[in-house]
Amino acid sequence: MDRFIKNYQTEFRLIIVLLCMCSFLTIYTDTFFTLNNFTNLLNNNAVNLIWAFGLLVVLIAGGIDISFAVAASVVQYIAFYVFDYFGGGNWALGFFVSFILGSMLGFINAYLIHYFKIISIVVTISTFNAFFGLLMFFTSGRYIYNLPDWWVDRIIIAERKMANGSWAELTFPVAVMFVVMFATYILINKTSTGRQLYAFGDNPEGARRSGINIALMQFIAFGWMGAMAGIAGLMQVNIVKEVVPMALYGRELEVLAAVVLGGARLGGGRGSVLGCFLGVFIVAITQNGLNLMGVTPYAFKMVIGFIILIAISTSNINFNFKILKSKEI
Amino acid sequence: MGNLFQSIRNKFGNEVLGLIVILFLVVVLFSSTNSQFLTAANFNSMSFQLPVLGLLTLAMLAPLLSAGLNLAIIYQANLCGLTLAWVLNMDGGVDASITTFIIGVGASILVGAITGLIMGVVISYIGAHPILVSLAMMIFLRGLGVFLTNGGDISGFPEFMAPIGHGFILGIPIPLIIFFLVAFVWNIVLNSTRHGFSIYMLGSNIEATDFAGVHTKRTLTLIYVFSGVICAIAGILMLTRFNSVRVGHGEALLLVTVLACFLGGVDPFGGFGRVVPVVISLIILQMIASGLNLFGASQHLSTAVWGLSLIAVMMARFIILKYKVFSSDKGG
Repeated sequence: MDRFIKNYQTEFRLIIVLLCMCSFLTIYTDTFFTLNNFTNLLNNNAVNLIWAFGLLVVLIAGGIDISFAVAASVVQYIAFYVFDYFGGGNWALGFFVSFILGSMLGFINAYLIHYFKIISIVVTISTFNAFFGLLMFFTSGRYIYNLPDWWVDRIIIAERKMANGSWAELTFPVAVMFVVMFATYILINKTSTGRQLYAFGDNPEGARRSGINIALMQFIAFGWMGAMAGIAGLMQVNIVKEVVPMALYGRELEVLAAVVLGGARLGGGRGSVLGCFLGVFIVAITQNGLNLMGVTPYAFKMVIGFIILIAISTSNINFNFKILKSKEI
Repeated sequence: MGNLFQSIRNKFGNEVLGLIVILFLVVVLFSSTNSQFLTAANFNSMSFQLPVLGLLTLAMLAPLLSAGLNLAIIYQANLCGLTLAWVLNMDGGVDASITTFIIGVGASILVGAITGLIMGVVISYIGAHPILVSLAMMIFLRGLGVFLTNGGDISGFPEFMAPIGHGFILGIPIPLIIFFLVAFVWNIVLNSTRHGFSIYMLGSNIEATDFAGVHTKRTLTLIYVFSGVICAIAGILMLTRFNSVRVGHGEALLLVTVLACFLGGVDPFGGFGRVVPVVISLIILQMIASGLNLFGASQHLSTAVWGLSLIAVMMARFIILKYKVFSSDKGG
């Protein structure tokens, strides 16, 4: 336990904050601490979490990406036409196509960042606008409803009848989220590629001199992000049962803030899957709690923004209230 | 003609020369393909649209020079506009007096400065990353604005404010005069004052600047305060231009401000960049925007064009720097 606290300080702090929030909400509202609420939280945040695990890898490798939510929309549209071409498709084809398409879009970012030495925030701001503008232009903002059945059928992986007669259910996207979480954990913690990603993020020049293929690192990080964006797009369609070009626009900043809240650092070399999960959940539970407490929805974003601002401002302060010297300014 | 080139090059450096050539090409391209381009009406509308974008770009410039970024500018401007609208509405909206207006302008500049100050303090004294701080500030300010207005817009302002957004002095639109005034002052601050010099030094190498005895933390904080003040001016101008305030007005301009700065030769790693080339690149971008508009291009297509041109500018920048297409100096 001592070792956990020492090595995972951010995660430990997040767990404490999360426990405080949960106990407060449990006492204050009678609907928070129910199985229904927890399964709903998981179901509603599966897409955000899948993105978050992709973004975590990019942040560890020292980059930043804000184009992924729009990339997910692009994948949804292209995937729809690909499935149409193959006469309907199925889940296997669905995962394959979104994984490939998503990573292609990620590779565009990686290519521009690596070969033209453009900083990642500038590249992804540009691709964000290019993707979104082109998507809206070519689709004219048209919605798609006549999707293949397999894509929109609600698959329930676990369910339980509650005392009041309602059902607590976990849906397919949650299962996919856990698989993605596990895969990301394996990638960054259990493979040498993962160690290289951390090293590259922490000190790119040092990593280059010690023989790490830095082009490969960029392509793996942004490719993984893109693939996750594609899969999240696929799952989003399964949840909402329609393809809408503006549906995901603007969600990237919330995810980015949540991942950073979870201890990943801009500038690279830090971050863990657990922290990422906790970060997304703190944002989700805040929103859920405000909702259950009957706060006006107009105030949600303000409170979340305020919490993120506080979290970022205090993340560089150590437990014994010494200000850490930050690497990047 | 050769002498003219030489003198421009000597006075402003290579970028300005290159940008003037691009400007010239853009004018030729659009005027030869569209007869409406070279008309007084078009230039009139351009000169009214440019200042808001221009002021926001100037607000983006200083953080970029210090190797940071201020993603919150649009919402800072919105919130400053809201402050002014709120003060005016306290005094009866349409019937508000000039004194109220002046108080409102003061209040909104104060709000801009305070939001900038918070970001600056967090960035410089705590050492958090500027992208994250301004991102969190952006989410917070947008939320605050939506909370205060319930997502609607506020309108109904006194008559005497209209000229600020729509009037002329000596045939020059007043917004344009305000913009050039701010740009001029900003140019002097950056080029001829101690503070401006510190900004450039800090952007190049913050450690060395700190050891050289410059109070880097104060300088860094002030950058964001100034950025906030310029946002406030932009917000007031937006209010008088649209005659209403709504959170989200001008959202799409964020990318264009970054684009204008990089097109104007600002180094994304900080330390290099000047006001004059940035102003010229603003004029180029405004011409492209108006030109596309005259062709009847959809708004989304222009979004894509902005994104793609930012990539193109950065690629061109890389190629020019790597292969030294233009001679020696880096144009700092």
